[in-house]
Amino acid sequence: MSPVRGREASAGAGAGAAGAAGANGPGGGARSVLEVRDLKKHFPVHGGLLRRRAGSVFAVDGISFEIQAGETLGLVGESGSGKSTAGKSILRLIDPTAGQVVLNGEDVTRAPAHRLRALRRQMQMVFQDPYASLNPRLSAETIVAEPLRNYGVVAKREIRDRVVALFERVGLTGESMVKYPHEFSGGQRQRLGVARALALEPALIVADEPVSALDVSVQAQVLNLLMDLQQDANLAFLFISHDLAVVEHISHRVAVMYLGKIVELTDRRKLFEEPLHPYTQALLSAAPVPDPRSRRRRIILKGDIPSPINPPSGCAFHTRCPMVEPRCRTEAPVMRTVAAGHDVACHLH
Amino acid sequence: MGSEPRRPPPAREPGAVEVATLAAPAPAGPSPTRGRPELAARLRDYGRRYPTAVAGAIILVALALVALVAPLIAPDPVRLNPINRLRPPSGDFWFGADFLGRDVYARTIYGTRISLTVGLAVAAVSVAGGLAIGLLAGYVRWVDTVVMRVMDGVMAIPGVLLAIALISLTGAGVGNVIIAITVPEIPRVVRLVRSVVLTIREQPYVEAAVAGGTRLPKILWMHILPNTVAPLIVQATYVCASAIVIEAILSFLGAGTPPEIPSWGNIMAEGRVYVQVAPWMIFFPGVFLAVAVLAVNILGDGLRDSLDPRIARRM
Repeated sequence: MSPVRGREASAGAGAGAAGAAGANGPGGGARSVLEVRDLKKHFPVHGGLLRRRAGSVFAVDGISFEIQAGETLGLVGESGSGKSTAGKSILRLIDPTAGQVVLNGEDVTRAPAHRLRALRRQMQMVFQDPYASLNPRLSAETIVAEPLRNYGVVAKREIRDRVVALFERVGLTGESMVKYPHEFSGGQRQRLGVARALALEPALIVADEPVSALDVSVQAQVLNLLMDLQQDANLAFLFISHDLAVVEHISHRVAVMYLGKIVELTDRRKLFEEPLHPYTQALLSAAPVPDPRSRRRRIILKGDIPSPINPPSGCAFHTRCPMVEPRCRTEAPVMRTVAAGHDVACHLH
Repeated sequence: MGSEPRRPPPAREPGAVEVATLAAPAPAGPSPTRGRPELAARLRDYGRRYPTAVAGAIILVALALVALVAPLIAPDPVRLNPINRLRPPSGDFWFGADFLGRDVYARTIYGTRISLTVGLAVAAVSVAGGLAIGLLAGYVRWVDTVVMRVMDGVMAIPGVLLAIALISLTGAGVGNVIIAITVPEIPRVVRLVRSVVLTIREQPYVEAAVAGGTRLPKILWMHILPNTVAPLIVQATYVCASAIVIEAILSFLGAGTPPEIPSWGNIMAEGRVYVQVAPWMIFFPGVFLAVAVLAVNILGDGLRDSLDPRIARRM
């Protein structure tokens, strides 16, 4: 669908060795590792005396995208836009309400328990909070070895060697295996989380805000680590973040979410240079630019993101859109391909 | 900056400590006994910080010893001796004699066996059962709905009443008493375990385990169970104390331990009629009961404070 992809060698500040990652990484004709079709997750809301179902939170309301091997899709949006729910629904850590997730040709959404377990080998997750996502009572070795033991990937005797190799691959020393999570720094903990995700050699890693809990200086290290690993193993990444600078650094393509829907999906450069959706434009105008003299026109959105319990009619963004038209209030825009590899859901385009 | 003059001494001290620790291992290399004084020091430190817990533990250990060596330190508790009926405490009968001339001291000492056995057994069985049920209820939704309604039902009936009903169904006997007291205690343990499970299962590390393909039994065992240990130990002491009391109540009411076995409740029940002429029949087992329950309770309080101050709120 999108022939124009890939990060150039000059990708972002501090890209370092990883810069060349996408030069021809997700080459043309690559098969999709992940296909998401019209994925929906509605959480029931119970209310009243008998706890009857009073409504639904439309956390994820019909999103579709594909990710190729070796490609990073950035998923951005503000808090409450459904990014994390989307990520967890894809891994079926929460069961999606509707839609389809296809991983390497196999349907994840309808997989029975034993198939799902087999599928989970191919898709792993890196969590947002490197403190809460590591069991404080287990040693680093036990944590990283857990997936290996679960699937009996390697013989018991070789587990230790495998864990050492994983530690070294993510930039930790083998000696630190005996330590407990609290003895590691935030960045090291996230490296542990990455090592755990890598243990099963998955095809897809869903990274849910993997660096937002880290210091800026450490963020770059972890991002570069992820990019190096991607290049080595031809991994597909779904990279969930609210931080545009981070997404620009790591992604090949970017999807912008608003109230459970994807409003714009295109490659990184196009999104940051010529955003089409008014929401994307507002989002980009809010990101700081490292130039004190820059006088940009800032688009200030009015109000808060509406409640996903009763999302606005028509286009969900019409309540805050600076370019709203009458039909936006009644008619929901559909995703349209306006240029090669550039999809937008807006009546203006 | 005002603290500048104070800086040099502490700055030197870490250096000195470093030298000391560097030097220490060399001569102290082959000394397997080194850990022992450390343990003693830690115990002493613990005793200073939680004196009630240590006091409770000491009393309980003493009672347990008394129960163990009862045949060595007390005469036959069931030997009838009509000549000595209602004899007040004296050199021969330290706690007096009852209406059949049996030695109240011997009976009280032997009664310790019943009370401690029942207390410990009920605590162990209800913790084991409550843990299993609570883990499942906390993790499996539909089990939760069913189990918790049953538990609410059990909790709605007063424990003693439920125990009397169970005893009258099964007949008197120490084993049945243990079961009858355990049943009403289980819901308390289940609720506690369930509340811990409900908090821990939302932890990202549990989610990470699911994503990593860990099966449910292993998740419960590796990630959730360890978090329940501290609150459970504390809860077990409360269950133990309450079991000792309920056993005494049941025996006193004649619905517990059979009358031929001396238990504190039985002794007091037999003494009830004679309380005006022979108060020692009730007084001594009563004191033992009170001290035992108090010891268990203050041990539990101390453990709660030392294991995890936060769990106090969940109790």
